[in-house]
Amino acid sequence: MRILASDCGSTTTKIILIEEIEGHYRLAARGEAPTTVEAPVEDVTQGVRNAILELEELTGIPFLEDGKLIKPASGERGADCYVSTSSAGGGLQMTVGGVVREISGESASRAALGAGAIVMDVVATNDGRLPHERIERLRELRPDMILLSGGMDGGTISHVAEIAELIAASDPKPRLGVGKLPVIFAGNRDAQPQVKEILDKKVDLEITENLRPSDKTENLQPARGKIQALFLEHVMAHAPGYKNLMSWTDLPIMPTPAAVGLMMQRVAQSHNINILGVDIGGATTDVFSVFHEIFNRSVSANLGMSYSISNVFLEAGLQNILRWVPFDLDVRQLRNRIKNKMIRPTTIPQELPDLILEQAVCREALRLSLIQHKLLAVGLKGIQKERTIADAFLQTDAEESLVNMKELDMIIGSGGVLSHAPRRAQAAMMMIDAFLPEGVTALTVDSIFMMPQLGVLSQAYPQAAEEVFERDCLVWLGTVLAPVGETKPGKKLAKISIGDREEVELVYGELKVVPLEGKTRVRIQPVHGIDAGKGRGESFETEIQGGTVGFILDGRGRPFKHPSDPKTRIEKLNEWNQALSVYPHG
Amino acid sequence: MGEAYVPGLKVVRQVVLTKERHLPLKGEVLVKAGDNVSADTLVARTFLPGMVELVNVSNHLGIDPGELKRSMQKQEGARVEKGEVLAKISGLFKLFSSECLSPISGKVETISHVTGKVTLRRDPVPLSLPAFIPGEVKSVIPDEGVVIESQGAYIQGIFGVGGETWGTLRFAVMSSSEILDAEKIQDDFCEAIVVGGSHVTAAAIKKALASKVRGIIAGGIDDEELRELLGYDLGVAITGQEKIGMTLIVTEGFGAIAMADKTWSILRENEGRLASIDGRTQIRAGVIRPEIFIAQTSQTSKMGSEDPQASTLSIGSKVRIIRDPFFGELGIVTALPKALQALPTEAKTRVVELQLKSGKSWVLPRANIELVEES
Repeated sequence: MRILASDCGSTTTKIILIEEIEGHYRLAARGEAPTTVEAPVEDVTQGVRNAILELEELTGIPFLEDGKLIKPASGERGADCYVSTSSAGGGLQMTVGGVVREISGESASRAALGAGAIVMDVVATNDGRLPHERIERLRELRPDMILLSGGMDGGTISHVAEIAELIAASDPKPRLGVGKLPVIFAGNRDAQPQVKEILDKKVDLEITENLRPSDKTENLQPARGKIQALFLEHVMAHAPGYKNLMSWTDLPIMPTPAAVGLMMQRVAQSHNINILGVDIGGATTDVFSVFHEIFNRSVSANLGMSYSISNVFLEAGLQNILRWVPFDLDVRQLRNRIKNKMIRPTTIPQELPDLILEQAVCREALRLSLIQHKLLAVGLKGIQKERTIADAFLQTDAEESLVNMKELDMIIGSGGVLSHAPRRAQAAMMMIDAFLPEGVTALTVDSIFMMPQLGVLSQAYPQAAEEVFERDCLVWLGTVLAPVGETKPGKKLAKISIGDREEVELVYGELKVVPLEGKTRVRIQPVHGIDAGKGRGESFETEIQGGTVGFILDGRGRPFKHPSDPKTRIEKLNEWNQALSVYPHG
Repeated sequence: MGEAYVPGLKVVRQVVLTKERHLPLKGEVLVKAGDNVSADTLVARTFLPGMVELVNVSNHLGIDPGELKRSMQKQEGARVEKGEVLAKISGLFKLFSSECLSPISGKVETISHVTGKVTLRRDPVPLSLPAFIPGEVKSVIPDEGVVIESQGAYIQGIFGVGGETWGTLRFAVMSSSEILDAEKIQDDFCEAIVVGGSHVTAAAIKKALASKVRGIIAGGIDDEELRELLGYDLGVAITGQEKIGMTLIVTEGFGAIAMADKTWSILRENEGRLASIDGRTQIRAGVIRPEIFIAQTSQTSKMGSEDPQASTLSIGSKVRIIRDPFFGELGIVTALPKALQALPTEAKTRVVELQLKSGKSWVLPRANIELVEES
């Protein structure tokens, strides 16, 4: 059996060939070519054909005949199955509307993000804008579709009708400029006739189940299903060449982030673990989490390593970037360097200090993306507790976040800066420094970012997707132990027994690595007042996975603080980098 | 693996430029095919819909939304003036009467019997579209705009701020490596497009603004000075809408970088001519770079068009380094090794070997160079 799976990205179309050998599926080859959605070609299939041609050159297997896919395979020709994801042309761009920003607005955002969209704006009655400002904004945004929610079933109708009127007044146009704009109404079911009356003539209205039927329940799947159906009907069908591409695929084309999310959920489910995944690109950073089977995705639209590098600098602040750099830098020169990377995004660091600077920016982009993700991945707000109405509307509380670093089992890193870091220890350190995992956490990177293809494939061939994911996609860096708590520098934090080896002692302020491959049982005995993951002073045994880096013992404490004195900070950074051989000569 | 080098910006001495000029909404085209237009000729106009105002009439009158219909004095589509009665209720013997007056002049767009609100739309705002480049109207796009064809020099910058403008090209410096500081901004630069060398200072920009200079073209600018000009730090390179009183285009990047020889010589050759410039930049998929176009006057003899496409990288190609170290330096390609090579960072990538202008040999990633066309 031969399977082709492509991901048509904004700039590059990547295709993988999966072959079944003796009952097991393995990655056989990978090809890529520039995406051809934009002028002068304006036909996505051309980029797919070019990527397939590269596969043909690598494997010697003909997949195309007269520009068409040979399917099913016959002998040494063609493929049995072809699937694809797409984020070309900016992916799926949505605006969402709700009555209260923190209740239906937030639920609608989660529905849209989980379906693989970028949420351009959230319009709500309490968003702090005047009605005409909301209308202007809705008009200028030109999304691919709008998701409107609001009101619990059986509740007030007029508030959600008000938002519908704003949408109608803005007379919104679709981004691709063809036909009416699709608007999904997933709000109070009693308001459906009124919303229909207000919007039916102006937009292409679709009605589905309320995504927030009561204050205690969230029902996102019907809205997500509708979004993905409309993505195919309205967005993909109008994007250049996609009608043709859809006729090639055996499964509906999925938005790239939706497919990645699907894969994350499968991994979490099959291993019964909590996962944090990140894909850091040039313009955006996607964060995925699955905690206690609840899946969340956030997109930090302007945090990235090239197009958005200047924005990371702006949002993180100069000092936060520099705290990761173990040498002095001239600020004027630094600012110019960052901006030059922004305007020439394809350039790469040649000298080590330049690489260290980019990896410092990466740490901050990841840190900020996780903060944004934690704000979104929360329990339901708006649940009536013993509080006033005002409190019920604003229950933003960091403690409510579902992302609990102590319960996190695995981090999956993806994106050029992580997957292609010259040393795997660099990827491990970037993720540890940015996410500050607590307790015991496995660290992995996606070798060549094939999670989108595997995600869409998993719908029809779950075994193929899982086997390729485990054997060819995931690179195990190792496991990190990071005890929570503070003590005096040099004082013992924990004693660790690793398999049959001698015991290792971890002291406060140090970072070290024990080379380790494969799975090993460890016994961790934190000192009084220190929590290694199971409670203060609680000892425990667990199985850990080694990898290319090994078992990393992070004794820098949580909360983690850099030394405030610049000289000591640089000394400590160098010491930590040396401990893990993060950089050459040091 | 595909070629990894940046193909370079278009810097062309002579090109036939076809420019579509589009209204944001359908409107009226004011010229016809075959007309000769100048940069400031208005080629099309339209009316942008006015802003919307929502009036909570039922709340104002203290009635249910369902009763709105009876109270409305103006129906959907009707014209209304500011202060005019929009809706009213009258009680017995005119007691308890109440009126809701229109807060704006415009049109009644919708009356909602669900929310009790009335949507008013202000009067449309006229918008005129100039030709931007002098040339001939090749065709008219009915109700939408025109296609203008012109011949002349075309240069893409690397980054810009500010939108479309045009003016006479004036030189403030003598060489491509000279810094444009405030002293070099002359009083008679009013309404001109001023060319600087390697770098433009914040003081020079300030003086240029005071002198009503329409645009500045320079090799580079410091990011700190850009912040001073904009009044904020730029996060993402999506520009063109800034209201800063002028358009700024840098041709090379951030810092002091001598303007590329060809860019400099083309601008020099066109000193005193009208330049149309647009600082709009979008560095995302579907990249947009700032543009400089200098049309040929009717007296200038028309030459054949150059191919603006970059040629392929090969031994002997002239290239420029676009990242530190040696950012901005020129070199000649001496080797293009096929195998991936390790950089000092240990990353393995495709590299290029260069002979720098200084005579030094240098190996660097192909991603960090761009092709330079001979002047």
